[in-house]
Amino acid sequence: MNQLNGTKKMKLFKNINFSKLKEGLSKTRENLFNKISETISGKAKVDEETLEELEEILITSDIGSQIAEEIIEKARALFKKETDRSVENFRKIIKEELESLLNQVNNNGEIDLSKKPYVIVIIGVNGSGKTTTVGKLAYNFKKSGLRVKIGSADTFRAAANDQLEVWAKKAGVDIISTNSKEPSAVAFDTIKSAQKDGTDVVIIDTAGRLHTHKNLMDELNKIHRVINNLLPYAPNEVLMVLDGTAGQNAVRQVEEFEKYTKPTGIIITKLDGTAKGGVIFRIIAEKQIPVKYIGVGEGIEDLQDFSPQEFIEAMFGN
Amino acid sequence: MFEELTEKFERILKKVTGQGRLSEENISETLREIRRVLLDADVNYKVAKQFIEDVKVKALGKEVITSITPGQLITKIIYDELTRLLGSNGADIKLNSSGITTIMLIGLQGCGKTTFSAKLAGLLKSKKRDVLLVAADVYRPAAVNQLKILGKQIDVPVFSIDSCMEPVKIAEEAIEYARQNKLNTVIIDTAGRLHIDEEMMQEAAAIKAKVNPTETLFVVDSMTGQDAVNSAKAFHEKVDFDGIVITKLDGDSRGGCVLSIRSVVDRPVKFVSTGEKLDSIEVFYPDRLASRILGKGDIISLVEKAQKQVDEKEAEELQKKILSNKFDFDDFLKQIKMLKKMGSLKSIISMIPGVGSAIKNVDIDDKQLIKVEAIIQSMTKEERRNPKILNGSRRKRIARGSGNTIQDVNRLIKQFNEMQKMIKMINKQGGGRGMLNLKKFGLN
Repeated sequence: MNQLNGTKKMKLFKNINFSKLKEGLSKTRENLFNKISETISGKAKVDEETLEELEEILITSDIGSQIAEEIIEKARALFKKETDRSVENFRKIIKEELESLLNQVNNNGEIDLSKKPYVIVIIGVNGSGKTTTVGKLAYNFKKSGLRVKIGSADTFRAAANDQLEVWAKKAGVDIISTNSKEPSAVAFDTIKSAQKDGTDVVIIDTAGRLHTHKNLMDELNKIHRVINNLLPYAPNEVLMVLDGTAGQNAVRQVEEFEKYTKPTGIIITKLDGTAKGGVIFRIIAEKQIPVKYIGVGEGIEDLQDFSPQEFIEAMFGN
Repeated sequence: MFEELTEKFERILKKVTGQGRLSEENISETLREIRRVLLDADVNYKVAKQFIEDVKVKALGKEVITSITPGQLITKIIYDELTRLLGSNGADIKLNSSGITTIMLIGLQGCGKTTFSAKLAGLLKSKKRDVLLVAADVYRPAAVNQLKILGKQIDVPVFSIDSCMEPVKIAEEAIEYARQNKLNTVIIDTAGRLHIDEEMMQEAAAIKAKVNPTETLFVVDSMTGQDAVNSAKAFHEKVDFDGIVITKLDGDSRGGCVLSIRSVVDRPVKFVSTGEKLDSIEVFYPDRLASRILGKGDIISLVEKAQKQVDEKEAEELQKKILSNKFDFDDFLKQIKMLKKMGSLKSIISMIPGVGSAIKNVDIDDKQLIKVEAIIQSMTKEERRNPKILNGSRRKRIARGSGNTIQDVNRLIKQFNEMQKMIKMINKQGGGRGMLNLKKFGLN
């Protein structure tokens, strides 16, 4: 732990195993970009029908109708200037367009430990996978040699504390869960405790809330204020957890949440199914919020750094 | 977002307004915009495409009444078709009157099964059922505890077996427990699972095979995107379910996934869940969801306007006929059809000043209407226009043809005569103003 004091920034996941990401996205890959490959390579040239099929493939990834159209239009325009008229080349252009879209923001998961504790607040709608993600994050920080403390500020859902305690135990980290019905009080206690014992990273789990409930959203804002009063630099990160199976409403969620506490990053979960999580393209394009990590399973190790390049490479099956 | 949609629609509508006839061209442009609206509401790509195709076929064959614009007509057809595809109003769940009724809940992680199971338990308890909640989610940390706490809140017992990792066994023993404790309703909350997780899907199928549930409900998050078709299809094929539950509708997702699911799995939506409080459980109204998918507000008022104008035109014609004492069985039939569109008869009739008492002895309840329709439809054109010719043998034929008794036919003819008499009386009193405003009758 002490050797970290000299390091200002560190990467959360040192030994990223991309095979896991590819495994998680294998269905996505099969369904999405292999389809693209099939679609294109089966034909001599890129005709209207092919373009329509491509649109279908993009839209069924939840990328949204507008971005799908834009990407295809752009790729089409670029393709016109190309001397290489092969379908492979068209595919390459689409891939590059998707990647440059994701690269508009800095998606790396580095954390700055010059000031301690480093405070992360986890937010999101109900059922998106916040608590599981907190467990995975804590585990990874702990594995990196950091001292971690979880604050269980989901005072609403029945047994949320119990659930998080199980995760904290698995990860081998501290947890603060008072019986207080006041989430901001839990956040307060957690940070106070962290200051006392030299904790490196504090992760505050909040209750799931639909962005349409103003009173619950106000509560989020209050948690934010309480943290900020204790530590003027904090929270360092507000990570919003999005369900990978969610559709276009995910963008609405981000829009509403940022009115109360602005997310600094996205964690997209449940990418081990057939859902493609394409809505992140829209979130990056419209909101410029980077994707920090992705969830690819229920195991404690199933959280990955998000790398646009690897993400797209995996989608393409390379 | 809604404003944006409304704007879009207005733009589309302007394009077709003022044109008496729909051309293939301007319909396809309108429908293209509507397709985008559907996609933005998370309707699956293929489903949206098919839907638009169907609407197009219908729209092209449709006659455009001059008083409404082609755009209004298309929008109305879309709304109607959407409502029809979404299914019927509040499908009930089966509850056995004797023995044990078992309800099993299945779905993906985080869709809201545990919360919903408690809501359903509360609802059934309020219907005087003796409910047992079963915690069969042995995987998610503290899922059992969560259910126990919820059970306590609604005062419903929760069955669980500590450190037992076999959901099939838990479900089986729960039913035995219910039998011994004279509990007639068992709700099994299963673990969330991914539809491509073979092992977990088999487990769900095994629970189902073991307990043979009265109802298996597939719980789905209303915010689900394009993948809804895949998960619904897989759950349907591997476990099979009797109905759908839509959760988190208190958010602002447009809920297009419901249309997607309904298109790939022919099962009704049985409940919607609209909040974190344990009593926020509601029956399903397809028309409301159709409005939501299309973007609420203005589109719907447009649809209503179109509907109103269609009805107004019919009502006007009817009123003319009544005023000239030419009200016949054909008009009666039309009137019935219009009324049926508006729901409960009694409430409508009682709203009309002066008519409530006059029509009191004309006892038509809503079921009666179907009978009445059948009888009129068994009449010849001539008989409908000129009811005076309905002699004994004609009446006998009509009774046989419509599957009713001769008394039913006699009663209807008597009612019809009374109605005619009433109309004549009203006409004498001066055009029926304030007494029988049929325009109002036909509208609301």
